[in-house]
Amino acid sequence: MTDVPAASIGKPPASVMRHGAVALGIALAVFILFWKFGEDLAPWAFDYPKAQIVPAARWITQFTKWLINDATFGLFTFTDLTRFIAAVINFPYQLVLSLLETGVMSGRGSNAVQYLPPVSWIAVTAIVTLMGLYAGGRRLAVIVALCFLFLAVFGQWSSAMVTLASILVAVPLGVVGGLLLGIGAYRWRWLERALLPVLDLMQTIPVFAYLVPILFLFGFGATAAVVATLIYAMPPMTRVTMLALRQVPPDVRDLGNMIGCTRHQMTWRVLVPSAKDSLLVGMNQVIMLSLNMVIIASMIGAGGLGFDVLAALRRLDFGAGLESGFAIVALAIALDRLSQAFANRTAKPVPETKPRGFVARHPYLLAALVFVVITGVAGLFFPAIQAYPEGLQLSTGTFWSRVVEWINVNFFDALEAFKNALLLNVLIPFKRFLLGLPWAGVVAFLAVAGWVLRGPGLALLVAGLTFLIAATGQWEKAMITTYLCGISVLFASLIGVPIGIAAAEKDRLWRVVQVAIDTLQTLPSFVYLMPAVMLFRVGDFTAMIAVVAYSIVPAIRYSVLGIQRVDPRLVEAGKAMGCTEWQLLTRIKLKLAMPEIMLGLNQTIMFALSMLVITALVGTRDLGQEVYIALTKADPGRGLVAGLAVAFIAIVSDRLISAGAARTRARLGIAEEVR
Amino acid sequence: MSPPEAKLVCRNIWKLFGHGAQEFLEKSGGNPTFEQLSDAGLVSAVRSVDLSVHEGEIFVIMGLSGSGKSTLVRCLSRLIEPTAGEILFHGENLLAASDAKMIEIRRHKMGMVFQHFALLPHMTVLANVAFPLEVQGVGRAEREERARQMISLVGLNGREEAYPRQLSGGQQQRVGIARSLAVEPELWFLDEPFSALDPLIRREMQDEFIRLQSVLKKTIVFITHDFDEAIRLADRIAIMKDGEIVQAGTPEDIVLNPATDYVQEFTRAVPRAKVVRVRSAMQPVGGDAPTAAVSAHATIAEAAPLFLQGAERLRVTGADGETLGELRRADVIDLVLQG
Ligand SMILES: Nc1ncnc2c1ncn2[C@@H]1O[C@H](COP(=O)(O)OP(=O)(O)OP(=O)(O)O)[C@@H](O)[C@H]1O
Ligand SMILES: [Mg+2]
Repeated sequence: MTDVPAASIGKPPASVMRHGAVALGIALAVFILFWKFGEDLAPWAFDYPKAQIVPAARWITQFTKWLINDATFGLFTFTDLTRFIAAVINFPYQLVLSLLETGVMSGRGSNAVQYLPPVSWIAVTAIVTLMGLYAGGRRLAVIVALCFLFLAVFGQWSSAMVTLASILVAVPLGVVGGLLLGIGAYRWRWLERALLPVLDLMQTIPVFAYLVPILFLFGFGATAAVVATLIYAMPPMTRVTMLALRQVPPDVRDLGNMIGCTRHQMTWRVLVPSAKDSLLVGMNQVIMLSLNMVIIASMIGAGGLGFDVLAALRRLDFGAGLESGFAIVALAIALDRLSQAFANRTAKPVPETKPRGFVARHPYLLAALVFVVITGVAGLFFPAIQAYPEGLQLSTGTFWSRVVEWINVNFFDALEAFKNALLLNVLIPFKRFLLGLPWAGVVAFLAVAGWVLRGPGLALLVAGLTFLIAATGQWEKAMITTYLCGISVLFASLIGVPIGIAAAEKDRLWRVVQVAIDTLQTLPSFVYLMPAVMLFRVGDFTAMIAVVAYSIVPAIRYSVLGIQRVDPRLVEAGKAMGCTEWQLLTRIKLKLAMPEIMLGLNQTIMFALSMLVITALVGTRDLGQEVYIALTKADPGRGLVAGLAVAFIAIVSDRLISAGAARTRARLGIAEEVR
Repeated sequence: MSPPEAKLVCRNIWKLFGHGAQEFLEKSGGNPTFEQLSDAGLVSAVRSVDLSVHEGEIFVIMGLSGSGKSTLVRCLSRLIEPTAGEILFHGENLLAASDAKMIEIRRHKMGMVFQHFALLPHMTVLANVAFPLEVQGVGRAEREERARQMISLVGLNGREEAYPRQLSGGQQQRVGIARSLAVEPELWFLDEPFSALDPLIRREMQDEFIRLQSVLKKTIVFITHDFDEAIRLADRIAIMKDGEIVQAGTPEDIVLNPATDYVQEFTRAVPRAKVVRVRSAMQPVGGDAPTAAVSAHATIAEAAPLFLQGAERLRVTGADGETLGELRRADVIDLVLQG
């Protein structure tokens, strides 16, 4: 333990703490008084005056129109630029797509002639199986093979290949782009300073929101979808790169300097190789995020599995929707396990072998080529080898539709009663309560909270963002978002935190829970909608169920982490003093795990907000719906403004909770961790 | 003097880490060798330890890092379940006690001080010291009163409202000591309490510890890896190596008759005069008894200054002042010169 002079510790003295609590109490009392009696005095504080609403949406739409029609950089116009980007992305995309799905064609539309068929389903399955064998051994090979066979047997092959093609294009671009940005930010402080807020914002703006301007700029189609995927998946890679480079041990950097590396050598020969393990973890993240986004981007023309789910949702054809959903899960599991195995594989030292002939050095590559050629040639004669025969396809669609029907016939009353009880007693009263609050009072109260928790800077930020939501005329929709998010987070925490606490104490339970939440986390958010809609049809309640299911993961994970991180020596000391198990949990472990659990809450809110926007598809009336409508009407201003409002809600809650967690940490005397 | 009562006795304690430790121990007839154990993939932290701690003595367990001291002392308080063996506390088998009973014993009869202090960071000094009483359900006024007494006993008056991180290492360990004493334990475990402190502070804390023990007269199991510390504090020492006790006895015993080369390594640098007691160096009184007297219990180093007045011989007295023999200047010089 090190001695730290008392003065250097950022712990507010006890008296300041007490003042803070008193100030909050007074603010709350004033707020309640104002809320109860203020409506006649200051009606403007309850309903934002229509005349004062800032027409931000219209400005943005006009700006985008100007961009497309008139903006020019001298030598070329803005539209030239977007066309150029589209072309750069479209070329590899068409290439991969023709390899996997359409085959090499000439001509357009119905008079197109196929010169070469796409790679056969057998060859694709063989290639990924070989990759599994190479990276993770027999077990992984079997898992991956089963996932791809599933796609073929259940008739999802061609949609899955369209989705895979988007990912195969988006991931390398995302990884390289993120890596370069990250390195740049590591090297130049100004770039880092410029990037960090952008990255923060990108992570909190709901995905739908930037679909709209992209749709506007790039038009409806696969290219726009890949652009959206790139924008969505690049920030985490940038962040991981910055972090990974900073974590390279100083000794290694000193070594680089001592042996006289140039800057370029230092980056590419010393730092990046040393940070390789973390970078590969970042790549896994890019892959999973891309998958998530490609599914969502089906709304702007990505096609593939996401489109199938969306279409089924619109038809309320649960059987078909579930089948596509399962296909997404299969693809997600295969991609996740494969990329993780590759990351782990390179982490292990590979025994050095002497270079022999090409054949001996690249057995896997060669085997894959052989498969492609042989099945390609054989496919010309036996169509079953080229494409999985339709006659052998299974469809469980009707089966699932029946299951849903059966559940609804037999449990309709019970489900309905459950739903109505919660709606009437919890959801609706809470919604009414939030909608009745005066916006000006909320702004002021949040400002006081920000001031107490950190200081004037936070107060200003929080008040400013909240005011902007009201000033752009979105207060009511924002409150509905807050209500849905709040109620979902409440339930997710009520279920997740106790599970986390129990799992942290029991190894065997933790192993089961870990598998469950790891799997849940690989599922694209779209998938959660299906079962919720099936059981509860559309509406707020359905949205809540889907959001709870999606956002419970961080609540569990952080609770487990928090409890497991408690210094075992302190627990032992408690035991030696004769604490009972319950005392150990409540007096020592939970106390010390509190900051971590609060951060979990924070993450739960972020997850909930991102899912909430997607639940617009099942008929909520909140900001998410606003974005969704903007998307269908291709109105970039409306979409962005509503999207930014969601981002503001996220930022406000994030900053307030983080400040609270930091304060709790300081009070507990646990140093701020370096992350 | 009647033989002192044994407060804590343990017989044939084993602690093996790894899978299937218990079965392996039973299969191998209860006495596997170190090699057999490591071949089976088991870590043998404590092997076949017998010891008894007497009422009111300081029993020091000394050994190098990894020799199993912490594991052993945790077995004694059953923070770790021993793989095999028997632990008798007041003649009662601790290993047969129920969990509730163990909690009761730890709450009222045992205290423990930890190497890295293990202070709860979110509590003040006062709350930390009062914590063991709080978990027992003692009322606020009473426990704070008691905690204040303990804090003043370890000389930290005025720092009651400080937080652990605002204290130096030595002060933090004083809090740890005060906390472990708050329940007035009969049996006091200290696991390397001073190892995390720098040498000067360590010395100061040892003096403090000796002063406390002269007031409190607890039964103490004290763990250390520092042989000088062991010599300084111990009534008896057990030396551990690879989980076994290689020798147990008084400091004098160990320095004068090391059982193995390993033990001898430690004793080599220890000045004989600091451990040899007058009783072992005295001779029968020849001629008339000298007037200046020295206690038979004193060490030679303590007795030596008495010869500065020019005396050739000192009278050696027992506990009741009776004459036991005489101590000669030449013998003392021999011992001091031996280093
Ligand atoms: N939970 C455990 N699992 C496996 N092995 C353990 C465990 N705890 C201790 N050991 C092993 O038991 C042996 C004795 O450890 P112990 O902590 O008792 O040593 P020590 O004498 O207290 O050392 P130190 O002076 O470093 O504290 C060591 O080899 C250690 O690696
Ligand atoms: Mg130890």
